[in-house]
Amino acid sequence: MFKFILKRVIEAIPTLLVLITVSFFLMRFAPGSPFSSERELPPQVMQNINAKYGLDKPVFEQYTTYLTNVLQGDLGPSFKYQDFTVNELVVAALPVSAKIGAFAFIFALVCGVAIGTIAALKQNTWLDYGLMSTSMLGIVMPSFVLAPVLIYIFSIGLGWFPAGGWFDGSLKYMVLPVLGMAMMYVATFARITRGSMIETLNSNFIRTARAKGLSFSYIVLRHALKPAMLPVVSYMGPAFVGIITGSVVIETIFGLPGIGKLFVNAAFNRDYSLVMGITILIGLLFIVFNAIVDILLAYVDPKIRY
Amino acid sequence: MFTKKQNVEAVEAFSSNLEIQGRSLWQDARIRFMRNKAAMVSLVILVLIVLAVIFVPMVAEFAYDDTDWYALHEGPSATHLFGTDSLGRDLFVRTFIGGRISMMVGVLGALVAVIIGTVYGATSGFIGGRVDRIMMRILEILYAIPFMFLVIVLVTFFGRNIVLIFVAIGAIAWLDMARIVRGQTLSLRGKEFIEAAHVSGVSKWNIIRRHIIPNVLGIVAVYSTLLVPSMILTESFLSFLGLGVQEPMTSWGALLQEGAQSMEVAIWQLGFPAAFMVVTLFCFNYIGDGLRDALDPKDR
Amino acid sequence: MNKNKITKALLVSLGLTFSATSFNAIAADVPAGTKLAAKQELVKGNGSEVASIDPHKTQGVPESNVILDLLEGLVTQDAEGNTIPGVAESWETTDNKTFTFHLRKNAKWSNGDPVTAHDFVYSFQRAVDPATASPYSWYLDMTTMLNASDIIAGKKDKSTLGVKAIDDYTFEVKLATPVPYFVMMMGHTTMMPVHQATVEKYGEQWTKPENFVGNGAFVMSKWVVNERIEMTPNKYYWDNDKTVLTKVTYLPLENYVAEMNRFLAGEIDMTYDVPNEHFKRLKKEHAESLAIKGDLCTYYYSLNTHKPPFDDLRVRKAVSYAVDRDVIAKFLLGKGEKPAYGLTPEIVAHFDPVLPPYAKLTQKERNAEAKKLLEEAGYNAANPLKFSLLYNTSENHKKLAVAIGSMWKKTLGVEVTLENQEWKTYLETKNQGNFQAARASWCGDYNEASTFTSLMEGNNTTGGVHYKSAEYDKLTEQAILSTSEEERQKLYYAQEALLAKDMPIIPIYQYVKARLLNPHVGGYAHHNAEDKNYSKNMYIIAD
Repeated sequence: MFKFILKRVIEAIPTLLVLITVSFFLMRFAPGSPFSSERELPPQVMQNINAKYGLDKPVFEQYTTYLTNVLQGDLGPSFKYQDFTVNELVVAALPVSAKIGAFAFIFALVCGVAIGTIAALKQNTWLDYGLMSTSMLGIVMPSFVLAPVLIYIFSIGLGWFPAGGWFDGSLKYMVLPVLGMAMMYVATFARITRGSMIETLNSNFIRTARAKGLSFSYIVLRHALKPAMLPVVSYMGPAFVGIITGSVVIETIFGLPGIGKLFVNAAFNRDYSLVMGITILIGLLFIVFNAIVDILLAYVDPKIRY
Repeated sequence: MFTKKQNVEAVEAFSSNLEIQGRSLWQDARIRFMRNKAAMVSLVILVLIVLAVIFVPMVAEFAYDDTDWYALHEGPSATHLFGTDSLGRDLFVRTFIGGRISMMVGVLGALVAVIIGTVYGATSGFIGGRVDRIMMRILEILYAIPFMFLVIVLVTFFGRNIVLIFVAIGAIAWLDMARIVRGQTLSLRGKEFIEAAHVSGVSKWNIIRRHIIPNVLGIVAVYSTLLVPSMILTESFLSFLGLGVQEPMTSWGALLQEGAQSMEVAIWQLGFPAAFMVVTLFCFNYIGDGLRDALDPKDR
Repeated sequence: MNKNKITKALLVSLGLTFSATSFNAIAADVPAGTKLAAKQELVKGNGSEVASIDPHKTQGVPESNVILDLLEGLVTQDAEGNTIPGVAESWETTDNKTFTFHLRKNAKWSNGDPVTAHDFVYSFQRAVDPATASPYSWYLDMTTMLNASDIIAGKKDKSTLGVKAIDDYTFEVKLATPVPYFVMMMGHTTMMPVHQATVEKYGEQWTKPENFVGNGAFVMSKWVVNERIEMTPNKYYWDNDKTVLTKVTYLPLENYVAEMNRFLAGEIDMTYDVPNEHFKRLKKEHAESLAIKGDLCTYYYSLNTHKPPFDDLRVRKAVSYAVDRDVIAKFLLGKGEKPAYGLTPEIVAHFDPVLPPYAKLTQKERNAEAKKLLEEAGYNAANPLKFSLLYNTSENHKKLAVAIGSMWKKTLGVEVTLENQEWKTYLETKNQGNFQAARASWCGDYNEASTFTSLMEGNNTTGGVHYKSAEYDKLTEQAILSTSEEERQKLYYAQEALLAKDMPIIPIYQYVKARLLNPHVGGYAHHNAEDKNYSKNMYIIAD
């Protein structure tokens, strides 16, 4: 276990380095500058700004400077939100997305696996079709449709929950965003669980268990659930990172100060340092959660070895 | 479902000649798929939608880009079956014409994802060790690279091109698939029949091709139907960045986006395209399930 | 004064609704008979997140909205958009080249320090200092402040700027050329003072709520990026007794539908904008909450006169004539927008241009003329005119591009390819001249025609560079040097007439600013063309 983790940590370094390099140059190939605007600035003014942010130097020199700073943990000042550093912005935004994401993820996982399992057990019955169709709606209904509908019903209509805002994450402000985010994942988890569960229930060891006369529910919970979770666990890594780094749609509609919106705005604004900072963060999260998933995979199926 | 005799034959075929086994697997799958009612009905509906999407715009009364300043946001009527949008364009024809690009993007995007994702994931999981680790680290890098810039750079260097849509969508769509397939493969690798094949001297590539991939196809079929809607929506995001379909041409994703902005005033603008998309996706869904059942090598 | 303040606090806190005469003595802007609500808190939608609250780092409207509450310049504006005294009590000039401002002695920073002429010297110098790298430093250059241009270019030291503190409360500005509207230009955010000691002590960190020192009616109490900015009254503000609100909140809400929904859910008092598609419904269901006023902006299409097909004047004229501006303003927008036939909107102060000849024709006549012109230029059914129209991604721009494309197709048989790009790519493409026709718009920085006409000057990299008319530039020079207001207006009219003749742009419509405003909000500047809504003038009326 320790060796496994150590290996992963060592591997993370070149991975991040490649990520930073590729992203850095990709971004600079894109047209536009952080300081271009409707009325283009006079060249003198532009030159002053570029000098201040070091954008007048050759790109490769900017790259080495950036790399040196990153190694010291300094992600630099934001080009757009000039009163803040990237570190400050990320530290403020991550908990917001992570909190909503974590709730949404747990909700989606529990509901999705439960729905998927029940549907698999009642395969090709009306219950199966009903459950899967309902959960499919979550996938088909994109969040930019779902979120306004939620607001329309629960905020404007019933007045139960606020239509937006964060207010340091008090519960009533989180209900609708969490729901809005979770629906898509509920359906995905349900679909994957159902498919995998049906496959598992048809496998030899389950048949053996049934032949032995064990009760069906015991078999499902005790024998089938764990191996059936294999693809769910594989999917969990990317899904978890995707969900806790926030959804720009949900955050924009509910006015939440999360990572998703920050990232997309940064990209649109060509806020180079902020884009890089969040890219590194996302890369790190993928590395960490894929490692956790790999450990989980080995737990779900002890035969797996790396 | 199958007679015992067939079963025995199948086992015999498996043990005696792997070549024949490979062929009969697909035949089996087809027969089983044809017997799945939900899947077959879905297939028929889907074919109908595809035909409608191709032919209805050709014979419709209005053109997809005909504006009418005196019929802005009109509800469904005999003239405009699905109503009109904010520029007085007929939504009936727009919904059908929008299906063209969306169906294409959905199916082709999912196909790219299936092919690349399955092969990549199976290879990584089966070979394992250092190769697996490197391949997975590459995956992590691809996950984290800002996709938006990739698209913007693609547009800048290659201009607006329909092929680019598929390149861009394909570039991200297969990542999840690869992770899932790899997980399944890791588990399959320890199974007896794989070890048997190994021992009897089958090459690695052939094991991946003949044993690993058929065994993961079930989950692949399920997950790929999930990909279709996200592909369709990604397409509308791409047109946001200047790639993809441009007005006055449209797609379901674009229609949905527009409809969501005005659902309180013109619900038909959201409702009709959404209904088509939902029906299509349900069809894909049941076809996916049918395929999953049909492709399951254990289930015979 | 002091006693009144206590009375006010008591009344407010107890929620008493006395006959308001006692209020009038204190809050002079609240009309007699108005009953104030107990809770004086205002929530404003503010478009997008502010880039900064440092006046020397910003250029956008959301930033300006916030800064106008936090800082006060030499002059400010009243609800009608007239320039009124701010920190400067009075000012004088004899030649429109040297301006002397007399500052009020009771103006204070939010830490109690007096606001002096030295603060303005420091701030103006900071604005042009290349080290500050203010994006709007060119604004000082536009005032022709002495040496501003050379300082920005790094050729002279910032101390040579034409500003001087004659004593603590007398501030003098020297210009290179006479600028009669100079005082009005001092209302812009870039001309706001900053507190020297604070800026020097905290450096880039001085704008953090815990460090910030301002001289406006409010101070920042909380700032969560992408969620909210909260402000409370500045107790040292010289006119603080008139401030009624106890808290102002700005929310950066980019999605106007989401913003509208939050307004309808009662969470916002004043929105930034109204989603176009919902306007008709809102007018029917929430008419009392709609506030609409003229706006200092023009929407137009820019034609690249250096590239075919628009290097041909006949083609430019044809496509301009064929745009049915009435349909756009009335049917497609319908919030009260007016058709535009010139670059400068009619709402600009003292600006009353003669409409160009084509504006007086009916659309039918224009279409006929357009067809004729296009045929003369050699385009017909066999050889249709083809070009691409560039716009940046947005529902509104898309809608107009499709509509106008359809007009061109129907009347002229033109084949237009619409090309949308995300904002920064669009800017790059446009500024490099890689377009044939492109969407554009401009909102005035100050209420005078030159903020618009200067766009088409040959050295302006955004507009004029694709036009480059020596005749136009000559008129600009004359306008800058002219000393009489009347003569200057005539020159502006001549410039507009030239634009109509050369047609380097297709003016489309003149904006209005429409927003949802809760009827219980008082003191909203209904007639301020620059949409400057100082929170200090606003209050909440009891229901």
